[in-house]
Amino acid sequence: MINLIIAIVIGVLILIMAIIAVHHKNIVVGIIAAGVVSLFASILYLLLAAPDVAMTEAAIGSGLSTVIFFYVLNKIKRQNG
Amino acid sequence: MVKNSLIFIVLIGFAVLLADLFVGFNGNTDLNTLANHYAVSGPEEVGSANLVTAVVVTYRGLDTLGEVTILFLAAAIVSFLLKVEAGASRNRKLRSTSEILDTASKILVPVIFLFGIYVFINGHLSPGGGFQGGAIIASGLVLMLLAQPAKEVGHKLITLVESISGISFVLIGVAGVLFAAGFLDNKLLSLGKFGTIFSAGVIPVIYIFVGLKVGAELSGIITNLQENQNEA
Repeated sequence: MINLIIAIVIGVLILIMAIIAVHHKNIVVGIIAAGVVSLFASILYLLLAAPDVAMTEAAIGSGLSTVIFFYVLNKIKRQNG
Repeated sequence: MVKNSLIFIVLIGFAVLLADLFVGFNGNTDLNTLANHYAVSGPEEVGSANLVTAVVVTYRGLDTLGEVTILFLAAAIVSFLLKVEAGASRNRKLRSTSEILDTASKILVPVIFLFGIYVFINGHLSPGGGFQGGAIIASGLVLMLLAQPAKEVGHKLITLVESISGISFVLIGVAGVLFAAGFLDNKLLSLGKFGTIFSAGVIPVIYIFVGLKVGAELSGIITNLQENQNEA
């Protein structure tokens, strides 16, 4: 029962973060929100008894891809002057 | 307004299509035939305490080879498109990093590398494996590059590790054809005692190579992007 409540709370948080990631005016905030979506998703995978998937999601989804997005954003800003 | 209502209509359409699945859903209480086979005879056939690893490396080993190849292609395309001129990284303007990040990275980076190696060596015993360990190693490298942007990472070393582990992975698979039951068969080495580090046949060896390969590929992508920052 407690797991179900935590899962629902995390699901709602994922939805809120995803909406922020799409609609926020500032791209930096959007990228961080997209990383937080992955972080919450990895907690959800852990609750659903899939630790292997949770590790991948935490390392790649919220770690590496966020950093790669920032590098790309920096490069685009430079190229546009 | 028209655009927004169109989006809304498409969303409602998806909801109607998926409503049937949602209403008819009641979670599986028992495993299906294939999963049951893996769960019942997996430990005996493969000798791996982590059944996910048994499926990923042995039962579906060819798919893992395909995934590693896709990741290799992605890394190769990134390094092809972001070619760094020799010596160009020396005249970059670098922002100085904070004292806290610098000191913390000196302590944390070796620990993160060690944890990544632990994850892929123990892939057949505990959750995790080659892909996860490689990703953890690459995120340690990200921390190192954030703290010391001027640090040169040897591209030759990354390429060497990546190529050697990729070739070894395929050679182990071919050796399985010659000396055991088939491609990537894990009875190439003895199964050993269930639950110990030297068990599950050839799975730990394959996962060490997969971990090194994934770590090298992701590190290559990161270092290419990082060294390419100041070029137009």
